[in-house]
Amino acid sequence: MYVAVKGGETAIAHSLHLIADRRRGDRDLAELTLEQIDQQLGLAVDRVMTEGSCYDRRLAALAIKQARGDLIEAIFLLRAYRTTLPRFGDSEPLDTARMVAERRISAAFKDVPGGQVLGPTYDYTHRLLDFSLAVAADRPEAPTAPADTAHALPHVGDILAREGLLEPPPEATGERPDDLTRHPLSLPADRPLRLQNLARGDEGFLLALGYSTQRGYGNNHPFVGEIRYGHVPVAFIPEELGFAIEIAEIDVTECDMVNQFAGSHDVPPQFTRGYGLAFGHAERKAIAMALVDRALRARELAESADSPAQDEEFVLAHSDNVEASGFVQHLKLPHYVDFQSELVVVRALRAEVEERNRRAAEQAVTLSQAAE
Amino acid sequence: MSAPTLSSPLLSARNVTKRFGGRVACQDVSFDLWPGEVLGIVGESGSGKTTLLNCLAGRLTPDEGSVTYETASAGAVDVHRLSEARRRLLTRTEWGFVNQDAREGLRMGVSAGANIGERLMAVGARHYGEIRGSAADWLARVEIDADRLDDRPTTFSGGMRQRLQIARNLVSGPRLVFMDEPTGGLDVSVQARILDLLRGLVEHLHLSAVLVTHDLGVARLLTHRLMVMQGGAVIEDGLTDQVLDDPQHAYTQMLVASILPV
Amino acid sequence: MPDTSITEGAYNYAYLDEQTKRMIRRAILKAVAVPGYQVPFGGREMPLPYGWGTGGIQVTAAIIGRDDTLKVIDQGADDTTNAVSIRRFFAHVADVATTTRTEEATIIQTRHRVPETPLKGGQILVFQVPIPEPLRMLEPRETETRTLHALSEYGVMQVSLYESIARHGRISKSYNYPVQVNGRYIMSPSPIPKFDNPKLDRSPALQLYGAGREKRIYAVPPYTPVKSLDFDDHPFEIERWNECCAFCGSTESFLDEMIVDDAGKRLFVCSDTDYCEGRR
Repeated sequence: MYVAVKGGETAIAHSLHLIADRRRGDRDLAELTLEQIDQQLGLAVDRVMTEGSCYDRRLAALAIKQARGDLIEAIFLLRAYRTTLPRFGDSEPLDTARMVAERRISAAFKDVPGGQVLGPTYDYTHRLLDFSLAVAADRPEAPTAPADTAHALPHVGDILAREGLLEPPPEATGERPDDLTRHPLSLPADRPLRLQNLARGDEGFLLALGYSTQRGYGNNHPFVGEIRYGHVPVAFIPEELGFAIEIAEIDVTECDMVNQFAGSHDVPPQFTRGYGLAFGHAERKAIAMALVDRALRARELAESADSPAQDEEFVLAHSDNVEASGFVQHLKLPHYVDFQSELVVVRALRAEVEERNRRAAEQAVTLSQAAE
Repeated sequence: MSAPTLSSPLLSARNVTKRFGGRVACQDVSFDLWPGEVLGIVGESGSGKTTLLNCLAGRLTPDEGSVTYETASAGAVDVHRLSEARRRLLTRTEWGFVNQDAREGLRMGVSAGANIGERLMAVGARHYGEIRGSAADWLARVEIDADRLDDRPTTFSGGMRQRLQIARNLVSGPRLVFMDEPTGGLDVSVQARILDLLRGLVEHLHLSAVLVTHDLGVARLLTHRLMVMQGGAVIEDGLTDQVLDDPQHAYTQMLVASILPV
Repeated sequence: MPDTSITEGAYNYAYLDEQTKRMIRRAILKAVAVPGYQVPFGGREMPLPYGWGTGGIQVTAAIIGRDDTLKVIDQGADDTTNAVSIRRFFAHVADVATTTRTEEATIIQTRHRVPETPLKGGQILVFQVPIPEPLRMLEPRETETRTLHALSEYGVMQVSLYESIARHGRISKSYNYPVQVNGRYIMSPSPIPKFDNPKLDRSPALQLYGAGREKRIYAVPPYTPVKSLDFDDHPFEIERWNECCAFCGSTESFLDEMIVDDAGKRLFVCSDTDYCEGRR
């Protein structure tokens, strides 16, 4: 008799044992350490921290290990931990102009103040499998110039803005942005809320949406004004001190997208901004986020808004992979009560149709007999 | 509250002005619409006639001026000062709105019957048989075969969709109907049939209507009175026959001259 | 690895921190005050996936105390995997007594069913809700559905029922059948079969509905009228079976159909396992 869905206590206990066993794999091989994951799968750690919205490399590494490398599962684990943490305050806004950049490029200008710094990037690697990586070996360290910590790195966007070519950065209103992790998303959303949502949003989803804008679904002619990756200090003002102290240094990737804007009757043509920010080194995410941010400003800039990436409700409601993954996979849960209800209705409807057809057939026979 | 008499207009616009950014879409428009009257607003595309219509129907809020409507039971109301709840109630009971594109005015995913019945259900009708009966009756009045009652408008021709949209609006017995190019984009023969139908319904039901069209032939056939718009302003108005037979303004003369005599 | 932040002691009683619980209780109070109205609340990530009952779990976590007795059912049964998992979760994080007996429970968290045994005053029924917005499939935009509720513009819901009759000769909606609460808000009863709808009407128990992913809580206070939408000439009706339960012989309960052999032989049994066992 088929009773698999009614597993109960024992079945779950066995399943938990099995997953732990599969996680460990072949016992003859050394167990992964969190340090190894942090150091050697660092980009995975970056993604889990970004979408898990929790900057803690060690917790993210643990989540990746526990999830056996399933990053969405790892993000979920980290979120479910983060949500229980007490808050003791908000940090000051990051000043990314103070970034000690490992990488910083502009696609809009050949050279920029502070220089183009290529840094570590896959962009110019040949995607040939490197079989020398298949075995452990001593790998030489890369020669690096000492980081320039003395000079601030001006934003390319600010240089354009001074000329009036690019819209100024939004002015600080002093208003505290709403917090998506504490309050439900309320629509229509403002830009701080949208950016929060996008920063937590699934990289694949944003990538597809950003891509769709490039293919004509809400195009806004983007240029990477600047993308930078490096370390920035985090400052916090404890109430008892009353002035800012640095409490940490974190790695972030920031993308300033410069987009065409035709101008209007009152406003002369001017470039507009799209913005992306991610923890760690995550350029794909930051660029896609900046494209979608700009697309979502369509209404504000009085552009027509009929493409998916410009549809605030559509984008914001579906960007979160923890929500999406849970709901899509809940289809695995039993639905047999609902299905039973459907069965009863469909059977009744089918019976009615069959009965009607039968009567029609009888009538036809009677009529043809009468005609004879 | 006394019933509106001939001495009180059904709809009054006073100095209605609407701008989009720096562009003035319609400027300082005033008029009175009397019960049973059909007012035409004509002009080329971009002249501001649709913007004006949307301001009158409460779909756009004018920057200046007011629109007053004489309700059936609650006296005169300022359309733009009503609560959203009351304005929406008005738009689905005493008013109708016929869009140029029937797809905007219909629910394309449900049957013709449901489309017609919606307004009845929205105000509390809960007897399926009676709702269906009214829907069938209205389908007949707009000359659509009874056996199409359960078909979706996606399977209808353009002319049928437009007639369905008219039925969907009229089922609740509105007193005032706004129409935006109701025959635009349809074949000439289809147009003629709809115009005929509209003229019959307006007369029969003693409807008041504001009709926007760029087609002076449509205006002549359906309207009692005309306003000619150019660049957002009303440049000439009067009885339809008078305006069309003896245009005073140079622009109106050009408009009239540019159409073939009917 | 001496890192205490990763140990189990890091979690509060009933998993959620006390501030979050207060926030949820405030949302619940508002929901009770405005029956059927969907109250937005700051839903948290839970250690169980969205769509698997996070809304119900948050509601339960916010109201549960050590004196409570918890029952969890899924599809009417206490022993389905998801019910077991949630019951274990609360036994673990809230140190609470659990039961399968409907009459013993002070809190019953459910997915897709209302128990057959009539509920009593003082009991709380917590529903897990996937899509709280009853108008969602007719109007996808939140800004618009919110307006429709605010203005009681429910014509579109009736249109969908009309359409169902026009198409099938009857209202074919079989579960998640829309109701009107206290003559005002139209509400999704969650995907319970319409068979259970009459049990919601004027129930002595408090009904709380939690939607985790959509971050909404709504409620039906005790003894509140709950009417299933219908037409005068097509009144609401519930499912009926020609069979009776193969185990307890009940002809009045919701029956699950099971295929018991490869030839497709069917057996009908009560969906509510506690009710069924109590009758044997």
